[in-house]
Amino acid sequence: MRSEGIERDSSSKGDLIMSEFESLTQAVIKGDIQTALAETRKCVDAGTRVQDILDKGLIAAMDEVGRNFSSGRIFVPQMLRSAKTMQECMIIIKPLFQEGDITTKGKVVIGTVKGDLHDIGKNLVSMMLEGAGFDITDLGVDVPPDKFVKKVQEVGADVVGLSALLSITMPGMPATIEALKASGVRDKVKVVIGGAPVTEKYANEINADSYAPDAASAVVEVKRLLGIS
Amino acid sequence: MIIVGEKINTSRAGIGAAVENRDATLITQTAREQAQAGADYIDVNAGTFPDDETKHLCWLVETVQAELDVTLCLDSPNPEALSEALKRHKGVPMINSISLEEDRFNAILPIVASQPCEVVALCMGRASMPTTVEERVEVGRELVNKLLEAGISVERIYVDPLIQPVSVDVQMGLGALGAIREIMSEFPGVKTICGLSNVSFGLPERRLINRSFLSLAMSYGLSAAIMDPTDNRLMGTLLAIEMLLGRDEYCEKFIEAYQDGRIVNA
Repeated sequence: MRSEGIERDSSSKGDLIMSEFESLTQAVIKGDIQTALAETRKCVDAGTRVQDILDKGLIAAMDEVGRNFSSGRIFVPQMLRSAKTMQECMIIIKPLFQEGDITTKGKVVIGTVKGDLHDIGKNLVSMMLEGAGFDITDLGVDVPPDKFVKKVQEVGADVVGLSALLSITMPGMPATIEALKASGVRDKVKVVIGGAPVTEKYANEINADSYAPDAASAVVEVKRLLGIS
Repeated sequence: MIIVGEKINTSRAGIGAAVENRDATLITQTAREQAQAGADYIDVNAGTFPDDETKHLCWLVETVQAELDVTLCLDSPNPEALSEALKRHKGVPMINSISLEEDRFNAILPIVASQPCEVVALCMGRASMPTTVEERVEVGRELVNKLLEAGISVERIYVDPLIQPVSVDVQMGLGALGAIREIMSEFPGVKTICGLSNVSFGLPERRLINRSFLSLAMSYGLSAAIMDPTDNRLMGTLLAIEMLLGRDEYCEKFIEAYQDGRIVNA
């Protein structure tokens, strides 16, 4: 049964993405770094707009990866492999953008809250948001509220992502929201929270804008909050 | 093998609601089925309620021990919740956990030293999560030494090597297994413990991965596992491995479990 499902999936992938970026997209979905790099170079050499390589090739592939992950067709290692492949391709095309020319979908500041050292979930979210075309500033782990505020102000963030894996560090989330308020930037950013003990109910209680249970839904939530289809 | 039954955790759908609604019947039932399946300790965790964790954890302790003669594993990183729950616990509980992060260590040490208890020492680093065998052993060694200095006997210390998902780094399994072996040999009498489910995060067929990991961890010397003892395939694996490692004289426990119908088709 399962193998039938996979065959059907791969053919539907083909139906969805029919463009000059087909080979690049498929290579990123598979996480085939060598092929993806070769295809990226081919596009560059052919004089393709870099923004198109990014949007229609790489980001389109990662959108598909996110959908496949959400529906349970693929798993974390496959998602990571695709994200890694995209990052490698970005190394080729990034220098080709004129300064300030690259169009990002929005700026996200992300981190694990104060007192908490867990980084796996936060890293997955970071990677998937990057893959979806967002500009990510990852502050790492054990991030105090004022550090979030400072970075939000500095980069002019659209979204703040807060992660916590422990009941005792969860209060770092409302503390950060309060700090954003106190600095007058709360209404300029959307706050998305996540982590094993975090729930949608908790997000409501602390007036976060959204709760995301996993990396792929974090992308969906951030897009929804920023009105990106 | 020491078994800590993991099912009373408010992050599980039914349990969270039962704790909020003070549904003592469901909670005691969940404790009883685990005890009957072979749990030595019943874990209680109310971690999804950051504001009411202390209250809820205390209620769990009182509720379970009012009905059943079982020992609990008080599972929280919160010093206040641990301290209050400990006061209400009858017998010698397991405290899960103490770790090196400055605030946590200093707050939890006096609690675990205040009265007899078994203590889980979690190999979380000061500033980051250890990944290699060496990093884990280094953190574990420091924790054990500090607990010994505080007068806690080595037999009461359970080092948790910090299980991380192989889905993000395929070396994570070996990192934890190697740490189990080294810590057991460096501190004779010390125990090791781990949860099984983190290892399979992000992968399909998680139960298969979890029980395979249990087998490996046992062969590396693991003393205790935080697990679901009502999962008969997992328990079947555990009993088979105990027997294969020469810890089940005359294969008695394995055969008994079979004859009781507990591990048929496991």
